[in-house]
Amino acid sequence: MYEFEFVKPATVAEAVAALAEEDAQALGGGQTLIPTLKQRLAMPSKLVSLTGIPQLKEIGDNDGVLTIGGAVTHAAVAEAAADSYPALADLASHIGDPAVRNRGTIGGSLANNDPAACYPAAALGSGATIVTNRREITADEYFRGLFETALEEGEIITAVRFPVPEKANYQKFLQPASRFALVGVFVAKYAAGVRVAVTGASEEGVFRWREAEAALDASFAPDALDGHSVDAAGMIGDLHGTREYRAHLVKVMAKRAVAAA
Amino acid sequence: MAKVSMTVNGKAASGEVEGRTLLSSFLRDTLRLTGTHVGCDTSQCGACVVHVDGKAVKSCTMLALEAEGAEVATIEGQANADGSLNVIQQAFQDHHGLQCGFCTPGMVMSAAALLKDNPKPSEQEVRDYLEGNLCRCTGYHNIVKAIMAASGQDVSSIAAE
Repeated sequence: MYEFEFVKPATVAEAVAALAEEDAQALGGGQTLIPTLKQRLAMPSKLVSLTGIPQLKEIGDNDGVLTIGGAVTHAAVAEAAADSYPALADLASHIGDPAVRNRGTIGGSLANNDPAACYPAAALGSGATIVTNRREITADEYFRGLFETALEEGEIITAVRFPVPEKANYQKFLQPASRFALVGVFVAKYAAGVRVAVTGASEEGVFRWREAEAALDASFAPDALDGHSVDAAGMIGDLHGTREYRAHLVKVMAKRAVAAA
Repeated sequence: MAKVSMTVNGKAASGEVEGRTLLSSFLRDTLRLTGTHVGCDTSQCGACVVHVDGKAVKSCTMLALEAEGAEVATIEGQANADGSLNVIQQAFQDHHGLQCGFCTPGMVMSAAALLKDNPKPSEQEVRDYLEGNLCRCTGYHNIVKAIMAASGQDVSSIAAE
């Protein structure tokens, strides 16, 4: 790692002030950022830890909306959402491994927007709202492609608001070495309609499979997806799986998610 | 350089570190607690697992300064007060849960974290919990067996030694 200064503010305002410095970077649980720094793929002058800010660790549950602070760990989400939003809890409890889940945070994952991460599928699949120190961003507006989000310089995810669906499920086909999703599909059924979000598959990052949503709106059953498919063009093709393989997996995992929801 | 202070295995510990100093480096290089192993340094292998405020974490993927004021537990603090092996360590010995031993500190710390939250885990729960702890010698069966035995469960029906 290159040298950097480390600060751990106690409030969002202090963190925002610290991030105003050029080349300052926010640090969540560090489960992606620290390995990145070790490879010298990033060279921040200052790391601003968000793990000492009580406001970012709050969890609230009212009126069918689960609100999770940006610095809540995956393990804490798994515990807190177990009753109120079991599909989200299940997703959180299968990210990485137990030690990673004790450090990694929901805000860090969403800010990084790894194309194979699990949380982007949950946020997009739930139509969640990303709350920052400046504004509220709908999930549909938030994800902008590979590692790209609507976040601006110095903007911090303070919370994520998840509307709790009637039913939902996430199915992940594990890439066994990285433990990221080779393909992951989050299906959620709301009164307003079904949402299907896919991670791991596309070169553009997480996306909604709208054709499947329409089919599932008509009939929320696995065989409603028969006859529908995802175009292999634009899928990720690498040594772990071809484009065609991933496109096929999207449908398989979507059907499994519907069956399990 | 900045000063960092924490409690390690029940004793106050402090030292001068850089912002980039990892918790694993602080434990090994500053405190000379070299029982915490660094196998991969890429968050994959889990040999460096320690407990921070009771939670298992990979100490190679946490900055030392993030542990300011924390209660840290390492493999050096696991033995019983009289120096004898604790129940998990003894089970690893009894059930041949190690060969070269490099991964063992992380395995024992992960096992301790699991059994604290889940005193009677199923075999599958043990295997799931060890997802982030790699062992290149044993094939895991005897590690799983040792942890099941340490939880006081009958291990006669678990994978052969």
